[in-house]
Amino acid sequence: MLTYTLRRLLMLIPVLLGMALIVFFIIHAIPGDPAQIILGQQATEENVEALNEQLGLNEPLYVQFFSYLGNILTGDLGESFQTNNAISEEVWPFLAATIELSFVAMLIAIVIGVNAGIISAWFQNSWFDYSAMLLALIGVSIPIFWLGLMEQWAFSVELNWLPSSGRENVRDPVEPITHLFLIDTLIQGRLDQFVDVVRHLILPSVALATIPMAIIARITRSSMLEVMKSDYIRTARAKGMRMFGVVYKHSLKNAVIPVLTIIGLQTGLLLGGAILTETIFSWPGIGRYIYGAIDARDYPVIQSGVLIVATMFIFINLIVDLLYAAVDPRIKYH
Amino acid sequence: MSQVAENQSPLQPSSQHDEVVSPWLDAWRKFRKNKLALFGAITVIFFIILGILSPWIAPQGINDQNMANTLQAPSSSHLLGTDDFGRDVLSRIIHGARISLWVGFLSVVGSIVMGCLLGILAGYYGRWVDTIISRLFDIMLAFPSILLAITIVAVLGPSLQNALIAIAIINVPNFGRLIRSKVLSVKQEEYIMAAKAIGMKDSRLLMKHILPNSISPIIVQGTLSIGTAIIEAAALGFLGLGAQPPQPEWGQMLAESKAYITTAPWTMIFPGLAIMLTVLGFNLMGDGLRDALDPKMKH
Amino acid sequence: MKKWKLAMMMLLIFTLSFALIGCGGDDDESGNGSDEEKILIFGRGGDSVTLDPAKATDGESLKVTANLYENLVTYGEEDTSINPQLATEWEVSEDGLLFTFKLREGVKFHDGTDFNAEAVVTNFNLWASDLESYYYYNSQYGDGNNGTIIEEVKAIDDYTVEFKLTRSQATFLQNMAMDSFGIASPAAIEKYGEDFKKNPVGTGPFKFEEWKEEERIVIVKNEDYWKEGYPKLDKVIFKPIADNQARLNALFTGDIDLMDGISYTDIAQVTSKSEFQMFERKSNTIGYLGLTNTREPLDNKLVRQALNHAVNKQEIADAFYGGYAVPAINPMPPLINGYHEGVEDYAFDVEKAKSLLAEAGYGDGFEMELWAMPVPRPYMPDGRKVAQLLQKQFEEIGVTAEIVSYEWGTYLDKAKAGEADAFLLGWTGDNGDADNFLYTLLGKDNIGSNNYAYYGNEEVNDLLVQAQTETDTAEREKLYMEAQEIIKDDAPWIPLVHAKPSVAGKENIINYIPHMTGNESLEKVDFK
Repeated sequence: MLTYTLRRLLMLIPVLLGMALIVFFIIHAIPGDPAQIILGQQATEENVEALNEQLGLNEPLYVQFFSYLGNILTGDLGESFQTNNAISEEVWPFLAATIELSFVAMLIAIVIGVNAGIISAWFQNSWFDYSAMLLALIGVSIPIFWLGLMEQWAFSVELNWLPSSGRENVRDPVEPITHLFLIDTLIQGRLDQFVDVVRHLILPSVALATIPMAIIARITRSSMLEVMKSDYIRTARAKGMRMFGVVYKHSLKNAVIPVLTIIGLQTGLLLGGAILTETIFSWPGIGRYIYGAIDARDYPVIQSGVLIVATMFIFINLIVDLLYAAVDPRIKYH
Repeated sequence: MSQVAENQSPLQPSSQHDEVVSPWLDAWRKFRKNKLALFGAITVIFFIILGILSPWIAPQGINDQNMANTLQAPSSSHLLGTDDFGRDVLSRIIHGARISLWVGFLSVVGSIVMGCLLGILAGYYGRWVDTIISRLFDIMLAFPSILLAITIVAVLGPSLQNALIAIAIINVPNFGRLIRSKVLSVKQEEYIMAAKAIGMKDSRLLMKHILPNSISPIIVQGTLSIGTAIIEAAALGFLGLGAQPPQPEWGQMLAESKAYITTAPWTMIFPGLAIMLTVLGFNLMGDGLRDALDPKMKH
Repeated sequence: MKKWKLAMMMLLIFTLSFALIGCGGDDDESGNGSDEEKILIFGRGGDSVTLDPAKATDGESLKVTANLYENLVTYGEEDTSINPQLATEWEVSEDGLLFTFKLREGVKFHDGTDFNAEAVVTNFNLWASDLESYYYYNSQYGDGNNGTIIEEVKAIDDYTVEFKLTRSQATFLQNMAMDSFGIASPAAIEKYGEDFKKNPVGTGPFKFEEWKEEERIVIVKNEDYWKEGYPKLDKVIFKPIADNQARLNALFTGDIDLMDGISYTDIAQVTSKSEFQMFERKSNTIGYLGLTNTREPLDNKLVRQALNHAVNKQEIADAFYGGYAVPAINPMPPLINGYHEGVEDYAFDVEKAKSLLAEAGYGDGFEMELWAMPVPRPYMPDGRKVAQLLQKQFEEIGVTAEIVSYEWGTYLDKAKAGEADAFLLGWTGDNGDADNFLYTLLGKDNIGSNNYAYYGNEEVNDLLVQAQTETDTAEREKLYMEAQEIIKDDAPWIPLVHAKPSVAGKENIINYIPHMTGNESLEKVDFK
């Protein structure tokens, strides 16, 4: 197990290096001059030239790459062209916002998805089963940016139930400690703010949760159906509803592995989907941070931002793989 | 990523080979019985026909502006209303079917071709070739795909064609990995070893045995991927990075009518529904194909 | 497996509580009652880049600093006339080379230090010392050779400053009022060094409190403000919400009080609700279709004139500006001094356009690219839509235009290199002067810079250069009028509209007058 973990960690290095290389050359292939974009339409030729010099963009590409790589290895993620702040200091609030959003979305997806899957399997071919599975099918087919806009229209513009943008009440902002606002507000005992934060989370997290929720529901249902073929469950089922509790418990255990798999696979999609969700809901997360940087040709932010996201994705998958062993001793690592 | 799959595969001898009855006929019988899959197939065919016949069946052209008749609610003369140029929304959705399906189909074909090439190289030659290609796939999968697509389009410039290329690229690893694992497992089969031993050429071996073996999973994965590709194209269109106006690509239509969500919701609702229905069709059909062609294959 | 059950139960309870809170949450008070703190939340499209106005190049930065800093002179509330601010009066020498300002006494910076002649000298010397970083100082007062036209800034006594110029500049005072030249506390500049941009200290009606990037900038009332009784608000929060639609939703749900960058198509929604109102900003913009004068067949004047005749500007203004724009005739808005009222526009006339095309030898029409901006700009909120209308109008005269778009940075680069056929672009005036439109955008000297259309008329260029040093106002205006007549005939562009990038807000906001430069002090703004 330990050697497996170590081997996986070692394998990370070439992947991250390769990624740094690819990202570096792709973004430098994007036409457009960062200095020109930072300075805007009104800038003069000399201004642009001077800024390019200052940002080190006049060096040959390979020199730029190795100096970037050198900095990364010493833990220096570089400075944003736009704000001149160190990215390592600047990035956490954005990252925290995305983590909070993705976490809540995953939570919703798992809780609703797993339960819907189990119930659908138990009452196979019932109206519940049909409608849940139809919803799940629609869920994986819906473009989330469209869903997000529809949610906004219905629940914040027409009904005015929930806020449509941001992650806190601007009039009464949260005092950040960890930048995970759910935690920060609880630490400070500000229940009113906690409620505010939750209200802001609902629409974007539901939009983001849709796809994983649908997939989890379908997988749970089909693995449940397998289980229900066993004689043991058939007998239990024959005894009627009383046994539902027993089966439920049993199924939960069975749902763990597929759900874990999905968490691993979906985290990447979630982080990607976050770009669209964050744009629509003005969520100050890492997706928007990187997307904005592409517009501005803020090379250091794009490079380091993508590396951070990718590292997160790889680590989550590593953890998921390790968890398999924890929940299912039959799985061995070689 | 998942070790489970690798662990399980040896237990399940993979081949539809042994089946003597025509496997395709068998699959069709199974598929026909699956109501949802049939519904999906019909939806897909419906949109394909819509796309092909669009120049003849759409009540209006792609860009028939009528500035005196903008943002009209659905009525008998405009079944789905008009947009901010006074263009008939229904007509634009019908014309858009052609674009969306075209992008979905072509990009997936592109992914399959590139994926097959890389997957076969990796699986067949192994060693450092495999290492490099597999790591490349790892890297691409660790990238949030839409971000990768956005970056590629930023390099190439926003247009429908470039969006198509970007989508094809980001989906390569899905097929590449599939083919690679298929090649690896087929390579172990005795008849392949035998063929090799009698000196059959690599290329002939690939054409004769390995590719035919991979067709059904590719069909399944391909069908499902068309749905995803359509959504991705719409997302790029929505961000202004895909189809350019006045092309009625559905995502681009959504982006154009975003401002009218409260005043003229039909401009927003119907293109979205069109995307959803088409993708739903492909997903249902893909699921059905999977059940019919390869019952052992799970998500 | 007990643990799993427990975990699942926890999750379930968690979600249920979510649901409950979600439905039960009441809408927050908008909180502008009479006794309470008066807080105004200003929603806008992007965050500031810096709060050092002298280094800022973007509107979002200056929008905030306009409330923190003051200049020696300032623009009128509704125009670009010159009025006293930190200077109470001034004199100009006969030859236009010597300006003497009397400064306001008893003004203090937010850090408690005194505002005086030394402070003014320090600021100007600082800007002159690093022309590369202080872009606007360089562009307005630079001499184009890494020097400046301000030879010396001298403190005559505590409250008198003298500016000595190397050559006369007609727009000297006009420039002085630009938001970029707010006077900062020398003590604070010294104290914060590189971090000054995050710790701004000026003399303005509001003091800086907090800046959380991409989230908010908070400024609070300056209790010691020299203008008795101002500001009215206790606090202003600038909140970036990138998406126009999301920002509008935030206004409707009460999350913000004011929003700029409203889509023109949304204005009707705002005016239809009694709780909201529009604040109209006078136009200081031009949105145009540039016809790159060096590219075939646009190098033919007749073709350019024909295209001008083909465009129905009123239709564009009506369809995509919700009435908040007027069709443009000249390359600058009518409010600018020197605007030529007498110039007649090319009438919308398809037949005329066709005959001109035929005369030019393009009777069968031609094909060209029509570039559309990918991003909303104040002068043109949706380039892609305007492009579609133009495409249709050109089609009427047999010209096939293909709409092309690049990502914004690339777009500017390529257009600057002269690679576009016809391209949409525009300009927002910096200092309310004709020079800033005509010379900047159409002077031959500015080809490769802001003269994207590659308009190379020597005669026009000479007139515009002459106007730069002409200090007699009437003479100067005459030069500009002459230039506008020639430009009209040459038709390097199709001037489309002068947009009014207005602001939407709650009905109970009073005394808010958006300024044509795009930024304004909120000192008088109040809630009913």
